[in-house]
Amino acid sequence: MALPRPGPALRSLAAAAAAWTGAAAAAAQQANSPYTFQEPATAIAREQAELHFLVLVVIVLIGAAVFAVMLYSIVKHRKDAGHKAANFHESTTVEIIWTVIPFLIIAALAFPATRVIIDARDATNPDMTVKVVGYQWKWSYDYLDENLFFYSTLATPPEQIGSLLGYGARTHAATEVVRSENYLLEVDEHLVVPVGKKVRLLITAADVLHSWAVPALGVKQDAIPGIVREAWFRAEKEGIYRGQCTELCGKNHAFMPIVVEVVSEAEYATWLAARGGGATEEDLPVAVGDVVPATAPASAGAAPAEWTAEAVYAYGEQGYTTHCVACHQADGQGLPPTFPALAGTGIAVGGAEPHIDIVLNGKAGTTMASFAYLSDAEIAAIVHYERNAWGNDSGDLVTPEDVAARR
Amino acid sequence: MDSSLPHAEAAHHGHGRPSGLWALAVHYFTTTNHKDIGTMYLWFGLFNFFAGGVMALIVRAELFMPGLQVINPSLYNQLITLHGLVMIFGGLMPAFTGFANWQLPVMIGASDMAFARLNNWSFWLLPPAAALLLLSFFVPGGATAAGWTLYAPLSVQQGIGMDMAIFAIHLMGISSIMGSINIITTILNMRSPDMPLMKMPLFCWTWVVTAFLLIFSMPVLAGGVTMLLTDRHFGTDFFNAAGGGDPVLYQHIFWFFGHPEVYILALPAFGIISTILPVFSRKRLFGYTSMVYATVGIALLACVVWAHHMFTVGMPTVAVLFFMYATMLIAVPTGVKVFNWLATMWQGAMTFETPMLFAIGFLVLFTIGGLTGIVLSIAPIDIQLHDSYYVVAHFHYVMVAGSLFALFAAAYFWLPKYVGRMYNESLGKLHFWLTFIFFNLTFFVQHFLGLAGMPRRIPDYALQFADFNAISSVGAFGFGIAQLLFVYVVIDCIRAGAKTSEKHVWEGVDTLEWELPTPLPYHSFHHPPKIVWDDYKPKLADGGAH
Repeated sequence: MALPRPGPALRSLAAAAAAWTGAAAAAAQQANSPYTFQEPATAIAREQAELHFLVLVVIVLIGAAVFAVMLYSIVKHRKDAGHKAANFHESTTVEIIWTVIPFLIIAALAFPATRVIIDARDATNPDMTVKVVGYQWKWSYDYLDENLFFYSTLATPPEQIGSLLGYGARTHAATEVVRSENYLLEVDEHLVVPVGKKVRLLITAADVLHSWAVPALGVKQDAIPGIVREAWFRAEKEGIYRGQCTELCGKNHAFMPIVVEVVSEAEYATWLAARGGGATEEDLPVAVGDVVPATAPASAGAAPAEWTAEAVYAYGEQGYTTHCVACHQADGQGLPPTFPALAGTGIAVGGAEPHIDIVLNGKAGTTMASFAYLSDAEIAAIVHYERNAWGNDSGDLVTPEDVAARR
Repeated sequence: MDSSLPHAEAAHHGHGRPSGLWALAVHYFTTTNHKDIGTMYLWFGLFNFFAGGVMALIVRAELFMPGLQVINPSLYNQLITLHGLVMIFGGLMPAFTGFANWQLPVMIGASDMAFARLNNWSFWLLPPAAALLLLSFFVPGGATAAGWTLYAPLSVQQGIGMDMAIFAIHLMGISSIMGSINIITTILNMRSPDMPLMKMPLFCWTWVVTAFLLIFSMPVLAGGVTMLLTDRHFGTDFFNAAGGGDPVLYQHIFWFFGHPEVYILALPAFGIISTILPVFSRKRLFGYTSMVYATVGIALLACVVWAHHMFTVGMPTVAVLFFMYATMLIAVPTGVKVFNWLATMWQGAMTFETPMLFAIGFLVLFTIGGLTGIVLSIAPIDIQLHDSYYVVAHFHYVMVAGSLFALFAAAYFWLPKYVGRMYNESLGKLHFWLTFIFFNLTFFVQHFLGLAGMPRRIPDYALQFADFNAISSVGAFGFGIAQLLFVYVVIDCIRAGAKTSEKHVWEGVDTLEWELPTPLPYHSFHHPPKIVWDDYKPKLADGGAH
């Protein structure tokens, strides 16, 4: 069997065997075991892992006992070994015993489980609050006390995933695809939080159900459109913790990961200042648009110095590939009926102003969200691209001023 | 009518299967014979088992290695959705109903099912339903891609394929409800006067309880998907918070059906295993009475645990605790069943023909599935495992190694009685071992994937999950190919198996159908038979000359 590349599972067989016995909790510090829970980074995640280990021991013991009896019976009580069938077929005493004992085991497990549930529920007195919104297919983070808002999208280049994704450059079948270390678990913008602080998350969704899950933090909370749910974590050590959307949310469900970066308080303050945190409400779109984040993908180039059709077209194509392509597709054909085509039909072949409006405001009752958080230049270029790609030939050149006028 | 003239009567009514393709088609379309209808259910189940299996193999091919190589993410979601719907509603449920049709009348001494024409309609609603599901791949937008749970609002976003799935569920729901009414009436009203309820085979007990569960839960699903339909097309907002609805409401409605559904697929399997283990252990089923009570207990608990599928939606703490405790409690009656089966084997005189192998395979793997169920029932652990591959592994241990293994056991057990020919025992055993090995290769490693944090329902995954996914995919193809052997064994048995007219095909049989001639006559028990009980074994008073 030719595996695409040797994964960590086979390499760390010995370490994982130790982890199964539970003795190697400390030894497994450096890397996550492929066999069991990720290394916990919060007290709650540790309690979950310990509870799981307890239950695992119990079920392995029960299973071993059941299978031992079964195996003994299969070996000894076979007709061709000359065994004659006994005639018993009930025993109230025995049946009461094996009703009561499982009940007691279950009751014993319920106590620690109840304690962990109640611990995990206490979201009171947070040090900071972030509103998390799930979209098809990205997350946004709104630092409620800091006036800092940004989107967080997959940073893995589409070429690594493959042309079946519907966009990205086509790779020749024979070419070896080199995938990044954190393939599908990397985003352009991390959720950065300080270590040791109680971070409350207010989680909701804009379109369909999503679920915000980071195993090492012990958090998995469904994001429900129209309803805000609460979750929290207090990370005990600095580091980068990765998770994924865990509720089926459509086509690109696998491609909206979550990355939480836990840093020291000083680093957090520096990061916050660099990101323009604390800015006033009116500044917000500009502040977010102006700062090019350190972790931004290389493809996010700057706006063209000269606003010529070719330069704007190229800039718009970049923006389209980042923000629009998942739904409307590289060929502009969309995925009807949910995601309409833009090529040769609809909004992209009408007037420019309604086109700008729909990008700015979204469209009620559909999955088309508002992209007002993009800069005027980005929106202008994307609109220009959509109006002149795939055989669309409006010929007009949308400018940032046009966009600013429609805000 | 004179019961001494069954053959004259049969000739008079022209019963029996005609020859000629067209006549045969008309015959099967209009038949009211429980054996014919049972046969159609079984072939229909087998067809869907392969249809759903091909979908699973395409999915596993895509998951063989990181990156997208085989299908695009939209088609991937369509395939996992239809795989679930087709396997559950088209594969497992009809197959169990097929055995119910064949077995219930001959086990209790009834001439046929209580409502013979209703029985015909119950079956013939299913092919259109399956056609709606399978053809929905070819409509604009493709099949529904919202997962078999069809959660709103994603299901509201889908194309016409979703409407086809909704109508398919309506049809299958009507079919199930009619079938259940038929089964309950048959078991409660058509038993021989010498067949008291507490001497009835456990197979019949599990079916009567299952039928009540179906009547209880199916209308709820039908209502839920109808609300989806009106949300989609008629401007209602049941599941739209912006209009005053609640997306979580859909999940409550779905799982109010969905959890009983798990036991609808498990209880008939328990009945089959409880029938087969005693035969090949040559020993009476241990604890018959507590088995009956455990069945009823599981069914009652099954109706109050639904929200354990929703531990991550953010329920109030009290609700989480209630659903966790109630779910954990199910381990008690399920444990009683497993221990009673063990006690049945204990001190027996066992032989290991294919039905017994599948029954023991069931016992081993279902126990594993039950134990991982305890892990999942504990809400804080479920926070880590919810919607991960651990859940996928768990429910395949219960649904495949549980329900499907029981169906295979039943097929090998009763097929010789039905057709009067033996299957090829060596090939049957080979089928078991291939199925057992490849099943575990496919699904055991998925526990590790889930523990390490791989979400379910994703077409592509991070690199640390590569090894186990490759192993799982290899196992899945082995499993799929092994099932072709089953089809061969069945067809070979029907066409060319060694003929037998031995009434007791297996030594140690202890239910009424074995007192009838082999192969089972087209019509059995024109009149309620007089049964004499030889210890726990029912015998026909007239020696079987029915």
